[in-house]
Amino acid sequence: MYKYDQWDQAMVDARVAEFRDQCQRRIEGKLTEDQFKPLRLMNGLYLQLHAYMLRVAIPYGTLSGAQMRALGDIADKFDRKYGHFTTRQNIQYNWIKLEDAGDILAALAKVEMHAIQTSGNCIRNISSDHFAGAAADEVVDPRPYAELLRQWSSFHPEFSYLPRKFKFAVIASETDRAAMRLHDIGINIVRNDAGELGAAFYVGGGMGRTPMIAPLINGFVPLDRLITYAEACLRVYNRYGRRDNKYKARIKILVHELGAEEYTRQVEEEFALLLAQNIEPPFAELERIRTYFEDPAFAADAPDELDRSDPDFAVWSDRNTHPHKAPGYVSAVISLKPVGGIPGDATADQMRLMADLAGEYSFDECRVTHTQNIVLPHVRKADLFALWQKLEAAGLGTPNLDQVGDIIACPGLDYCSLANARSIPIAQQISQRFAANGKGEILGELKLKISGCINACGHHHAGHIGILGVDKKGVENYQLSLGGSEAEDTSLGKITGRGFDEAGIVDAVETSVDVYLAQRQNGERFLDTYRRIGMEPFKEALYG
Amino acid sequence: MKILTGNDLKTGAVTWWDGSGWSLYVDDAVDVGDGGDAIIAREESARRINAPYEIEAEKTQSGVRPAHIKDRIRGLGPTVRPDLTLKPGDPNAVREVI
Amino acid sequence: MVDLAQTILRFRDDTPVSDPAVTVEAFTGQSNALAVRIEPGEDARSLLPNLERIRLVEVNFPAFGDGRGYSAARVLREAGYTGELRAVGDVLVDQIGHMRRCGFDAFQPDQPLDAGDVEIALSRWPEVYQATTDGRVPIWNLRHG
Ligand code: SF4
Repeated sequence: MYKYDQWDQAMVDARVAEFRDQCQRRIEGKLTEDQFKPLRLMNGLYLQLHAYMLRVAIPYGTLSGAQMRALGDIADKFDRKYGHFTTRQNIQYNWIKLEDAGDILAALAKVEMHAIQTSGNCIRNISSDHFAGAAADEVVDPRPYAELLRQWSSFHPEFSYLPRKFKFAVIASETDRAAMRLHDIGINIVRNDAGELGAAFYVGGGMGRTPMIAPLINGFVPLDRLITYAEACLRVYNRYGRRDNKYKARIKILVHELGAEEYTRQVEEEFALLLAQNIEPPFAELERIRTYFEDPAFAADAPDELDRSDPDFAVWSDRNTHPHKAPGYVSAVISLKPVGGIPGDATADQMRLMADLAGEYSFDECRVTHTQNIVLPHVRKADLFALWQKLEAAGLGTPNLDQVGDIIACPGLDYCSLANARSIPIAQQISQRFAANGKGEILGELKLKISGCINACGHHHAGHIGILGVDKKGVENYQLSLGGSEAEDTSLGKITGRGFDEAGIVDAVETSVDVYLAQRQNGERFLDTYRRIGMEPFKEALYG
Repeated sequence: MKILTGNDLKTGAVTWWDGSGWSLYVDDAVDVGDGGDAIIAREESARRINAPYEIEAEKTQSGVRPAHIKDRIRGLGPTVRPDLTLKPGDPNAVREVI
Repeated sequence: MVDLAQTILRFRDDTPVSDPAVTVEAFTGQSNALAVRIEPGEDARSLLPNLERIRLVEVNFPAFGDGRGYSAARVLREAGYTGELRAVGDVLVDQIGHMRRCGFDAFQPDQPLDAGDVEIALSRWPEVYQATTDGRVPIWNLRHG
């Protein structure tokens, strides 16, 4: 894992001092709310429905045991003993007092964490593949590049007042586990025919009001030009992105309006000029960062067999583990989606337990997934049963990864001041319904995603089944969409037709699933069947 | 009726104008008639409230009911965590706001 | 008459240009203007053919959240402009650190800045990650001697 040196630490410490001072000035009345708002937003402090909310960055979703423990301790000391892991691999605390904000940031800084640029129209936390450094199918570990981008984007002097927020994702495998092409910039680290590594840049993806899949604008940027190229992409956006309409200000609209070709031409022109400026960090810096992401000391003789004699354990290990590059190891996923639970919420005690388990079983490392679960990336197969028993005992052993119960849900109208409708109760009812009727067990992979408004934090466009909450004359209403995917076969879901009320949407999901069950052919997933038979049979069943 | 709501500057807690101060309980909210703007300006500059705004509400038998579901949820707490609402012991509290 | 020294925070030793800044359009057609003012939507690169004769570029920030002026400043500095680069308009103390890094060396804010606040803001970050034309050595280079 990356470790701060004195410079990284000094940056974060300076920020704590600055923000403490800004909060104090607000409390004393030296700053009005209008003046304070942009400052607090640059530091992830929102005013939500019930209280202040603080969003803490988890760069590329990677946490040490000590960091996870600190998150639990903060939940205990400053919040109501829980936190919410988000689709951006961050964590949010829902009940923060302004008076405590400085102390919380100081507690975070002690474990090399911060809330810098977790909101505002700037470059946000860089997300990545949650199996990075462990997945059997990756070209390299993408995180060193994400870390370099993190440093570059921190307090970037030119790009702190962009037209709109800006999100990067960095992956390094054919399989996309980070919704890479649904980001403002998605980077895939690839190897060319000569065996060299480079970065493929996809620019102009996103969800929200106008979802778009990012086009490839450069298939191979040499790694010693990565930052310069990113700077060129951002400069074109900062200069020409629309600022007249908030809903048209994301880079996807610029790329779409110019056309990918013209945008690329402008980027290449800017890139040529910037090359002469010599802004790229020395290559030795990338190499220095890489040393922090070297493999931990995997046991060479770790046994590859798994004792599957406990049937419940066998189900969990089939569903909640992922192949590892080292023989005898797997990545284990801890589901934060118990049946009827709140997706992504974890209690302070659960966080501390996961921290302990990371220390005991996973080289002291864990990850946050964009699907709001936690990964222990490097677990010996021989330890898996013991791990599972401890998870079970703590209510963390739900065997539902990528199943219908593994729902992404944004906070919605229970917490979020932008919401039109509640998301969480819908997720709860759906997971309960499919647990009770037994269908959940036979469905296989089914990605269900719920957003409480058009901002799409719950990635509903990319759900095999997507649900969007809308406001229908002051009453919650839900639109259903089918056929989205955020994986390497990225696609955007299509709306089935008129919306449903709270009870109706749960029925509608079951009806859609029944169509699939009746029509599926040999091993097809819901998404495959939908793609084969199209929308009509579903519409027919839903609206008849 | 027209009532005022906002968040406490220091704690962030949702509060309601009760005629002389800010209460945690929506049922304490009073009708401000046409006087809302003046109260908001005064209270904001006294730093007793953050981001205050005026909403429509209705006086019912059980108390004060904001017109919009968002403010009703603000008045209670998250519907998915009854234990963290202002009426943790009331099994009907959630149903009444939605 | 307004005393320029009172309203402008300058980080240069030369005497301020007293000519009023003209618009980019006027500047292009007027061969003797020394001072020009760029609005957010305008292309700083259109000044490059005449860079030699410019002594003052004002970059207007009608609203602090419109960050186009930061790019305008860097574009000019990267092209070798050495005259005064002045941020005018909705310029706040929490932004002048970034503005200095982008090449601004004078500020004429709508609301006067407190000198003490300015000093704190400019000394807040001991080191920086990125390379710009401001001459500061990025942390990346400090690490590798
Ligand atoms: S999608 Fe809307 S309701 Fe949900 S968290 Fe995002 S902004 Fe809030």
